[in-house]
Amino acid sequence: MPSKVEGWKDDVYGMEVRDHLYRFAEEGWSAIPEDEHDAWFERFKWWGLYHQRKGQESYFMMRIGTPNGRMSPEQLRVIGEIADEYARGPVDNPEFGGAYCDWTTRQSVQLHWIQLQDVPEIFDTLEAHDLSTMQACGDSWRNIVGSPVAGRDAKEHIDAWPVIKNLNDTFKGDEEHANLPRKWKVAVTGDTRGSGQAEINDLGFEPATKEIDGEEVAGFNVVVGGGLSRKEPRFARDIDVFVTEQEVPDVAGGLSTLFRDHGDRDDRFNARIKFLVDEWGPQKLRRVLQEDYVDFELRSAGEDLRDQYTYNSGRNDETGDYVGVHEQKDGDYFVGLSVLVGRMGAEDVIELADLAEEYGSEMVGLTQRQNIIVADIAEEDLDDFLDEDLLEYYSPDPHPFLRGSIACTGTEFCSLSIVETKNRMVRYGRWLKDNVALPDGIDDFHVHLSGCTASCAQPQIADISLRGMKTRKDGEPVEAFDIGLGGGLGENPQFADWVEMRVAADEVPGYIRNLLEIYDERSEDDESFREFIARHDEDDLNGLAEPEETSYDDPYMGNTKMTWYPYAEETDMDAAPTPSPADD
Amino acid sequence: MTTSVHQLDDGAWLSVNDARRINVSDLWWLARHDFCDCEMADFLAEGFVEIGVDHPNIEGRIAGQCIECGESGVTDWLTLGRVVDPDAGTFLGVVPDSVHVPERRRRLASPSE
Repeated sequence: MPSKVEGWKDDVYGMEVRDHLYRFAEEGWSAIPEDEHDAWFERFKWWGLYHQRKGQESYFMMRIGTPNGRMSPEQLRVIGEIADEYARGPVDNPEFGGAYCDWTTRQSVQLHWIQLQDVPEIFDTLEAHDLSTMQACGDSWRNIVGSPVAGRDAKEHIDAWPVIKNLNDTFKGDEEHANLPRKWKVAVTGDTRGSGQAEINDLGFEPATKEIDGEEVAGFNVVVGGGLSRKEPRFARDIDVFVTEQEVPDVAGGLSTLFRDHGDRDDRFNARIKFLVDEWGPQKLRRVLQEDYVDFELRSAGEDLRDQYTYNSGRNDETGDYVGVHEQKDGDYFVGLSVLVGRMGAEDVIELADLAEEYGSEMVGLTQRQNIIVADIAEEDLDDFLDEDLLEYYSPDPHPFLRGSIACTGTEFCSLSIVETKNRMVRYGRWLKDNVALPDGIDDFHVHLSGCTASCAQPQIADISLRGMKTRKDGEPVEAFDIGLGGGLGENPQFADWVEMRVAADEVPGYIRNLLEIYDERSEDDESFREFIARHDEDDLNGLAEPEETSYDDPYMGNTKMTWYPYAEETDMDAAPTPSPADD
Repeated sequence: MTTSVHQLDDGAWLSVNDARRINVSDLWWLARHDFCDCEMADFLAEGFVEIGVDHPNIEGRIAGQCIECGESGVTDWLTLGRVVDPDAGTFLGVVPDSVHVPERRRRLASPSE
């Protein structure tokens, strides 16, 4: 029997939700019938609106999908201006102020505190600049990810931007693919860095070559059924298919339709295609795809390029994360700037857009490591650009503890999260930078902090994996983390081993310090941190370092989820100023 | 009126009549349970897996783990609250950090979400 959500989707879903959104925006929050809240909030997701957590009723997170994370400087400015005007809540965030943009791990933009009454104006402004929230959330094609500097990056196998643009234009808004059993995340990697992180997507295209009619052809291998959520992490499975650029839409569409027809609509916890691949196996998936969903003979897989991957790979010889100054194919440069936990103040966003335009950039790009790239800086302008004041904070040469930090939204806004995340990761990063000696050989050190098992910060593929948890300290419940080690992608992708469980949040920085001291003492030759961890088995890793209280001070140890907003003066749920009176 | 109950947003919360009534991330004390070997499980709720009704109680099975011993899994059925006035839709939720006794299901639950 189809789930309740499927019933709501059967009644109204997809494009038509927009008319209802506009009606509610016109009539006000109270026009949404109280006994239809859940159904409408589920439907609004298709248009990129996600109702914020308990205590924040009537406020929404708005997600803007930017394929490949690419924008023009003008588009970036528009997003900054929208954040400045509309994404302001009743209380400022103590680290980030009153208006900010979040760059996500899937190269999208998230704004918070959006009210329904403002949605039509925001949509008008976005669409006038070729931006959209369509299908940014909900059960369909999500933002397509890949290298933002496709077509510019020297480390490239195929320019994947036309491929991604074509997929985006073909499948976004296509009714046949608008109502899938669950989300559908697609990655296309055209570079040799592996920056699309196709391994953790529902559908991935990985760079490959194949000899066809005596000629070596560049294309992609197809992988299906990756994902990290709910303690059920899977790397996407190789279905033994090679496609050319031209064949990508047919195979992507075939697989999306296969998922639409065969995915589980009865149980949302079993709905992602990773579970169908578990059930069928890659061979059956390939067979059904061939027999029922494509009308040409599928080729077997080609030679992959995984041994060249550097993105989130834990290698010591090269860091493929785009941060820093990189020469483009055309002789210009792109500059990757570190954005700690992916959150940037609205004024800074506007200033960066102005700078990018001033320096003649035609493209800014968001990366899956929550950073931002400014492309097309001429060689003669490079020094001036690097001297700009804004780049002191959003640095192209950040300290490794700041460079490698990723955090999800957390209890600030999210219903699922168990702990506070972004502000805490900022504090962790700063404390580590000020208090922990960086061992020789570490230029890049990834700490991924996720508030829960949904794994939006991709915790399983980091040097230090942090997953929100609770423990008791002196009998009182406090926020905590499970700590994992040794995860990463690259040539041999590996999920972290969870080695220290329920570590109080204020003892995590001490644990990292102690672990790095051990690495410094015991690592061999040029061994990277990931290689050092991989040399130990799980038993050795358990207890390798001790959690410890230090001078690090954590203001969020109590139950931040019990508050209406963790940084308010009066945090009790009863003090919540919601629903917003302005919305009626 | 009919009482509407379900979990939403990947099991983040229990909805009763379209109001978010019980969240994940609370600690629940479980007694006389099979969840782990602890006499009292100090259970962290990470996701509502199944919601059912045993009139007038709303019940649920919750995924999570005991923060005392680390055992993780899904609980047996726990009473999450009670609809005290079906006509008005009034729901009284249980207090998570009081003591709860999970029970094996006596009859079929509503289909999972």
